[in-house]
Order: sequence, then structure tokens, then C-alpha cells
Amino acid sequence: MPESIPSDSVGLVTPRSADFEEPLPLESGRVLPRFSITYETYGELNEDASNAILVCHALSGDHHAAGYQSMEDRKPGWWETCIGPGKPFDTNRFFIVSPNNLGGCKGSTGPNTLNPETGRFYGADFPIVTVKDWVASQARLADALGIRQWAAVVGGSLGGMQVMQWAIDLPYRLRHAVVIAAAPKLSAQNIGFNEVARQAILSDPEFHEGHFYEFGTVPRRGLMLARMLGHITYLSDDAMRAKFGRELREGKVNFGFDVEFQVESYLRYQGQSFVDRFDANTYLLMTKALDYFDPAREYGDSLSEAFRHATAHFLVIAFTGDWRFAPSRSEEIVRALLDADRGVSYARVEATQGHDAFLMPITQYLQVLHAYMDQVAAELA
Amino acid sequence: MRPDLAIISQWIAPGSRVLDLGCGDGTLLVHLRQTRNVSGYGLEINDAKIVKCVANRVDVIQADLDAGLAHFFDANSFDYVVMSHTLQATHHPDRMLDEMLRVGKQGIVTFPNVGHWKNRLQLALHGVAPRSRAAPEEWYNTPNIRLCTLRDFEALCQEKGIDILERTVVDYAHRANVSSHFLPNLLGEIAIYRFCRGCSSP
Repeated sequence: MPESIPSDSVGLVTPRSADFEEPLPLESGRVLPRFSITYETYGELNEDASNAILVCHALSGDHHAAGYQSMEDRKPGWWETCIGPGKPFDTNRFFIVSPNNLGGCKGSTGPNTLNPETGRFYGADFPIVTVKDWVASQARLADALGIRQWAAVVGGSLGGMQVMQWAIDLPYRLRHAVVIAAAPKLSAQNIGFNEVARQAILSDPEFHEGHFYEFGTVPRRGLMLARMLGHITYLSDDAMRAKFGRELREGKVNFGFDVEFQVESYLRYQGQSFVDRFDANTYLLMTKALDYFDPAREYGDSLSEAFRHATAHFLVIAFTGDWRFAPSRSEEIVRALLDADRGVSYARVEATQGHDAFLMPITQYLQVLHAYMDQVAAELA
Repeated sequence: MRPDLAIISQWIAPGSRVLDLGCGDGTLLVHLRQTRNVSGYGLEINDAKIVKCVANRVDVIQADLDAGLAHFFDANSFDYVVMSHTLQATHHPDRMLDEMLRVGKQGIVTFPNVGHWKNRLQLALHGVAPRSRAAPEEWYNTPNIRLCTLRDFEALCQEKGIDILERTVVDYAHRANVSSHFLPNLLGEIAIYRFCRGCSSP
């Protein structure tokens, strides 16, 4: 619980929901007859609706990107480092919109919401949604909010992928694209990790083929394993060594399979607490969206050809300690943008934190982001 | 603005595309954009300078020059590839020149001339490695690891079949000095060259 809310926080926030009655055709060929999107906003939309920023969340993220939903909250939103008064995404200057993606589990239409056609939870019947589908649904939200063109679309990891898709699919609806710790498509290794995570969930007897809500169960073990695995890939070897080393909880080995090393304790804690806040079906969907993401596919497998459709100016940021989406992956994006002759700046930030670095207060990262967003704000004046 | 950058600017045709290697805070690219309608990118490795470039609205790529340009740039992507006060800090200036002329039609470099008379005196009279206003660091901490004279540079160009299109030398304040036109390798503190390979028109 925050004793008092820090002055550089957006403070107490309340999520809202927007309903869309017009059917949304999905990339899979299926159609979502109607849907709602839960979202938060920070700051004020200016008169000509030119100061709006769309924040796209990553795999386990949601619409709660900044501030506190109640005074009982232990932690602020997931991108509190970057969103707030005086921060890079400065709420004194920008109107920030942060939606929960379709297929999510925090209010937007997804597996844990009711299917209006059957009156039952969607569960496994929820269609597989892609990054492209998210962009299309977020565009409907922009319409509803009266935002014709975003000043910037921003995001890290899977969020960064949405940013690229926005720039390619709806070029005239954004002026700037900020792509952080992302990749132009997943590697076989990335997909491999996702598949192990999915198998952990799918093979949990409590999963009931995705209809566990009706059985009153939760595939806790599967989701926990998926999260533990994911968490290892978000941290760097250095970060784990620095944080845990080989420290033992009781100072000695017990020759058993209970938690002995601190790192085991940490991973179990991360896994268990994740189960309480996340949905197994959503985890499956999000990992699939990651696996399928490949904006070049529509353009003869040429990413630069895809980016030729973009008109936004890009900022690409990568972190040296990130091995899940290493700088070389961001450099593929930069290379394609250069080949397409697009405006782009690229910062390769020294950081040991691993993939999670994009959530951390790393000075160089925040300075680059700040300098860039200052220029975005200057265009508004 | 630094007078050597002013000289470089005069050598660059309006409306062209420029890659500035080791672009610092982006001063040259800003100047070219404002005065000559030039577009392009900068390459820089230093964190603080990356922030300054972004603040100056210069498109900058954070990368290590010694890793080569092939990672980011196709052949013939630029009209000019510029390197001011950076060539002497690369590990392989010879390969760097090749890379510049692969990526760009023409190259422009500036570097401190170690053949300047003051440098020669320091070595000849005092027996110490020369330090100059253009390269003031100590031998053990200088980033300038590949110092050369005008004659050295021109010999390398000849060996590599690189045509020198234009040359000027300036003093530390980057003012062109009349006398240095006669004995550039002795009197020029900073050398500025424009070159190409097999291009017919200068």
C-alpha cells in the first residue's frame, strides 16, 4: 500500500470499458461478433486530439500501466517508471491510452468473459487473436475516443510488435513509433520456450481443455510452470547471479527436492503469485500471438518492404543484457527501416537486467526516451 | 559551428544523402539539414551523444564503427559518407575507407595531422610522443590509435586506388591558413579530404 502517492505518479486511476457492437473479422478467418475493451487513460486529451499516446502491453501486462487503482495497491501499474507527470510519457503534455488486449484476462473480451452466443465462458472457444487483430481492435478504441492520429504508439516486447504492426497497417494514424526490446519475429528458440510453457498448461489435468471455469478448477501447476520458465528468460544470467547467486535459504543443503536455493524460492513465488492474477487461456493466446507475429510475411517476407508502407518516425531501443530479444533482433528492425529509407533512431542501452530492462529505471534508457518524447511534444505546440 | 564542419558542408551538394560516422551530437547533420536540405543518418557509440542527437532531431544509430557498416547499410546508400575526427580512432582505418566507399559514392574525412611541425619538434627535440591541441591526450589513454600524416594518408589512398578530389588543411581553430597551402604536411594541424573511387566527375 502506498502511504501517500508519489508526486510523479498519475495517482488513483479507474479503468473504463468501451463496447463495440460491430463484428471484428479476425486474421484466423473467425469473427468476434462484439467485444469490449477495458482501458485506462492518463492526462488530458487536447482540443484537436493530437496529443494522444497509445501504450501497448506485453505478454503478461494489462491496461493498468500507471498509478494506483486503490490505496490498498501494493504496487503501481507496470510502466510507472515511464508514465506520469515529468516522466518520458509526460501526463502533463500527453493523453495516454492503455488498453487491455483482446483475449486478455483483465476485463477486455477474452477467454474468462461470457460468450454472448452461448451464455458460457469463452474458455478455449475464444478465437486465437493476432497482433494484427489487436491493432484493428485498438483502432476501434481510437475511433471511439475521437483520436484520428496518435502522436505516438509505444510498447516493449510484444507491445513493441504491436507498435510495428500499427505503423505498417495504419500508417496515417500515428506520427511516431517507439519500439522497445522487440523483435521482427520470434526465433525458433523463442517459439520453443513458448511451446514448453503451453505444454505445461495444456497437460495440467485441471485445465479441462480450457473449460476449467465450469469445473471450478484452475490449472495452477501448469500456469505456474509456464511463468517460472518465462521468468528465467526475462532475466539475464548476470542479473540472476547478482540477485540470488547460489545462496541457500537455510544456509545448508538438505539433500531433497524442497526449495533450497533462493532462486528456486523466487521462481516458485513468481509462479504462484502469477496464478492469482492471470488466466491460463490468456497465456496460451498471448504466446500464440507472439509466435505468429511476422509482419514481413504479407510483403514477400521482406520487412523493409513492409516498412515502406509506414510513415511514422521510429525510435528503436534494445538492451545489451536481453537475450530473449537481443539487440541483434532490434537491429534487424533498424536495418529494415534504413533499407526502407524511414526515419529512425536506435539506442543500444547497456543494461544487465535482461528482457525486463524495459520496465526498469535505467538512466540512459529514460534519457533517450525523454529526449525523444520532448521532440514529439514540441510538434504539438 | 566548428569551422572544419563548415568546410565539409561546403563540399556537400544540396539535397544529397549523408551518413556521418561518429556524428557526435549531430551538429553537422543539423547544419546540413537546415542549410542544404540534406537528409541522412548519424552513427555514434557514445551514450550521452546519442541522447543529444535525439534531442537535436538527428536520426542516429548507436553502433560501433569497428564492427563495420555492413550490419546496417547496403552498398551505394549515400552520396557522402563523412568521418570527422574519427578515422584515427578506428582499429582499421584502411578497411574503414573501403567501407565508406562501399556505402557512399564519396567519402570525406578529417583527422589531426601528426606531421605538423610542432609534433615533429616534440619528438625530435624532446624525444616524447607528440601531443597537440588537435590530439591532446597522453599516449596511454588517447582514443587516437592510428595517427598519420597527410603523406601517409595519401599513400594509403594511392595504394587502395582511391582518388583524392579535394584537400585542405586548417589550424587548430580550423581556420584555413594561407601558408599551410604551401607546406600542408608541415603546417596543417587538421587535414580534410574528399575522395572517391573511380568516380569521373570531382
